[in-house]
Amino acid sequence: MSDVSVLIEHRDGKLSDLSLQMLWKAQELSDILNGKIDAIVFSDSEKIVEDIRSEVDTIYLFKGKGFDLFNSDIFKDIIDRFLKNNHPLITMIAHSSWGMDLAPALSVSADLPLCTDCIDIEIKDGTLFAIRQIYNGKIYAKVRFRPADGYIITVRAGSFPTEKRGGRQAEVLVEEMGEGVKSDRKRILEYVESAKGEVDITQADFLLSIGRGVGDQENIPLLKELADMMGATLACSRPVVDKNWLPKYHQVGTSGKSVSPKVYLALGISGAFQHVAGIGGAGTIIAINKDPKASIFRVADYGVVEDLFKIVESLKAKLKEGS
Amino acid sequence: MDIVVCIKRVPLTQEMDLEIDPSLKDIKRDMLSYNINEWDNYAMEEAIRLKENCGGTVTAITVGKEEDEEILRRALAMGADSAIRIDPGDIFLSPSLTSRLLFQCIKDIKYDLILTGVQADDTNDGLVGVMLAELLNLPHSSVVIGVEVLNGDIRVRVELEGGLEEVAQLRLPALLTIQTGINEPRYVSIMGIRKASKKEIKVLDIEDLGLSKDQLVSDTEIEELSLPPELEGAEIIEGSADEIAERIIEILKEKGVSI
Repeated sequence: MSDVSVLIEHRDGKLSDLSLQMLWKAQELSDILNGKIDAIVFSDSEKIVEDIRSEVDTIYLFKGKGFDLFNSDIFKDIIDRFLKNNHPLITMIAHSSWGMDLAPALSVSADLPLCTDCIDIEIKDGTLFAIRQIYNGKIYAKVRFRPADGYIITVRAGSFPTEKRGGRQAEVLVEEMGEGVKSDRKRILEYVESAKGEVDITQADFLLSIGRGVGDQENIPLLKELADMMGATLACSRPVVDKNWLPKYHQVGTSGKSVSPKVYLALGISGAFQHVAGIGGAGTIIAINKDPKASIFRVADYGVVEDLFKIVESLKAKLKEGS
Repeated sequence: MDIVVCIKRVPLTQEMDLEIDPSLKDIKRDMLSYNINEWDNYAMEEAIRLKENCGGTVTAITVGKEEDEEILRRALAMGADSAIRIDPGDIFLSPSLTSRLLFQCIKDIKYDLILTGVQADDTNDGLVGVMLAELLNLPHSSVVIGVEVLNGDIRVRVELEGGLEEVAQLRLPALLTIQTGINEPRYVSIMGIRKASKKEIKVLDIEDLGLSKDQLVSDTEIEELSLPPELEGAEIIEGSADEIAERIIEILKEKGVSI
């Protein structure tokens, strides 16, 4: 019998979507393995327990003061001990900033192989494989692990449905850690909101969104002008913010905002998954990119394979004619 | 402050049509050009800035073949004081092995801070930095977008999902994985690289690191590569720029966007 463990992520008392997605996949794996599903939860309180009780067999709640702040330096040691006592075959961790800070260290300390950023997990004839995307999603890789007592996998957001399957009634095992465990070498001080600003892209009906393909800061006013002419709100992908061409509050994607406009017009955006994850709620996506293999065309409703500036000029001319 | 930066040379695949090698274990590489991994470039810049503000030295390290030395020369041109290349020989590198090799090399170097990129643009593992931190038993933070040096400590800003940031304080020595956008990497001229090419690059092989090939068992290996499954994908609008613009305006009107 082999069990599946899932490290649950939550913030401000709210379960992350990715936690539910991992639990969804865990059901399928536990059916194949004929094992149980464990949830590992770190928290100040028991709030999060009810949200997952129907999805797992056992909830291991490590309850300690300060445990609502995610500190990999503390949690790694506790999970390491859990793995040594419980021997789950598969441990699933979110491929998030927190998961990325914890999983590789855990892999070393527990001496268990790790595969990161996986979009699927397969078991074929008793062998475990992880599926992941490399080279900006242009290639898929099927990954094999060295034989080991257990395997750690970090899961990319959006790989599985955010759905509860229900049907279980978890036993809750609470380990009271009182004042909590502290680390004298890493302290989490606070969480702060970074993406506030004068424009709220989450409320816009029509977003004109620009990416690396706009090429140069000098071109930004040109695109702003088009957005104004069209009555669109200007948004962007990560490279535009990285280069300081637009402030962070314009950014769409996992580290920016999720948006749900009626129309999303993407100019020079390649469609990295971190960006695409933010436009799931868009009604219609129109993408213009000169690379016909750009991943954005896999999610767009309409595509134009062309130099974006040619289209921008023509759009401007048409709009002037019309007015 | 003495800083070690781990960097990698990666193929530029943004606008390339990729093909899979008949072995199914790798892509065809002969048509690709290479450069320093974007995240590592930000990590290099951050290291140089910290050195400029606090003094100390910067050492750039890569695991790779002779052709990978071009990014070390680039690092020297940016302001690194020394450069080391770890030659992996004919072993097929995976993140767990790369971090082992780096560990074996760095454990004997004097440092206060180690920087890596969050991940590499080719395989996107995001593993080497944090594995290295654990091997060296260092406190670490990942996806760092701001660094401030305090007395014996370092305060960092970490990018979380959904427009949120975490503020954390680490005791030195520590390791940070650096996110893009943390700074504006300086321009490196060809002249600068040419000048830096006079500096020596130290080369170490597996034996120099006190390891043997059979000790280096990878945690994971590629079973096979494939192209993404075919999707219906977008309806491609064709025609002249004017015709395309007209069609886009039509679609916007259809979808109830007032323009």
